[in-house]
Amino acid sequence: MKELIDLVLEARAAGDCQRLVDLVPYARLIGMDFSATKQGLLFRLPFRQENVGNYLLPAIHGGVVAAFMEHSALLQILWNMESTILPKVVDFSIDYLRPARAETTYANCSVIRQGQRIANVAVSAWQGEPDRVVATARMHFLLSRPEEETGAA
Amino acid sequence: MSSIGFDPAARLAAAQAFFKVIPHSATLGLEVVACEPGVIIARLPYKPELVGNPYTGRIHGGAVMTLVDQASGAAVVHSLDVPESVATLDLRVDHLRPPEAGRDVFARAECYRIAREIAFVRCVCYQDDPADPFVSSMSTFMRNSNRRGSMLKGRNA
Repeated sequence: MKELIDLVLEARAAGDCQRLVDLVPYARLIGMDFSATKQGLLFRLPFRQENVGNYLLPAIHGGVVAAFMEHSALLQILWNMESTILPKVVDFSIDYLRPARAETTYANCSVIRQGQRIANVAVSAWQGEPDRVVATARMHFLLSRPEEETGAA
Repeated sequence: MSSIGFDPAARLAAAQAFFKVIPHSATLGLEVVACEPGVIIARLPYKPELVGNPYTGRIHGGAVMTLVDQASGAAVVHSLDVPESVATLDLRVDHLRPPEAGRDVFARAECYRIAREIAFVRCVCYQDDPADPFVSSMSTFMRNSNRRGSMLKGRNA
């Protein structure tokens, strides 16, 4: 059986963003996608009724916004990565700046530092214009080898 | 809305109803299993759609984030005599180890401080024992986030 990382590498070699998203059931559930642009990867979360947290505003659930940003950061690392290791989230911290309304949410990621064992990534999510930021997040990924599968930290 | 006090059965019923009307919470199948003053225990049932790594079958960290956010917000609401809407200001999650695949996840959220504008919550996620969590979280919430008066029903995302 092929390992997930092999499928990731195949999708990346083919430049097939959607295949990379489709590997992960939860990413399909929230309906996110991404594309490679001149400015880097652009992540997108089209509005879906099933993602709503506040049905009166309405606004996307804060947990979905966080999940979208976390998964965007993971995809960014996988897309950049030269080695064949699957990163694991160690910690994730998000600041909510505005409600995410019933429209498409976008995100981009900056790999602030990628060392031998740890990567630090910052993510910004916005709606409409990039300065209408709905949330910012930062996280650490552990870049462990397959034989170190047990335990994140 | 008037005070519903701390009648345990009424609180539990109100918290369970609150979880059911939130579309994404219903999508995930989140439910409240217990409710004490300032404390919510909620369950995220294991489903194949929530998997983050198809080779290990483990639930995605993002699904756990929704469980933590919602249980933590509910813990604030159920610390108050008169429930009001709250909005997450920030949230931090530490992944202490991976969860076991194929099993439900529980969250125990405790609102340990309510100030005039802000509420403070800690939350752990576990599969067997809250004293042996796989996720630990801290969060803050803005109180009275919906000043147009829709109260509990108007929780911000």
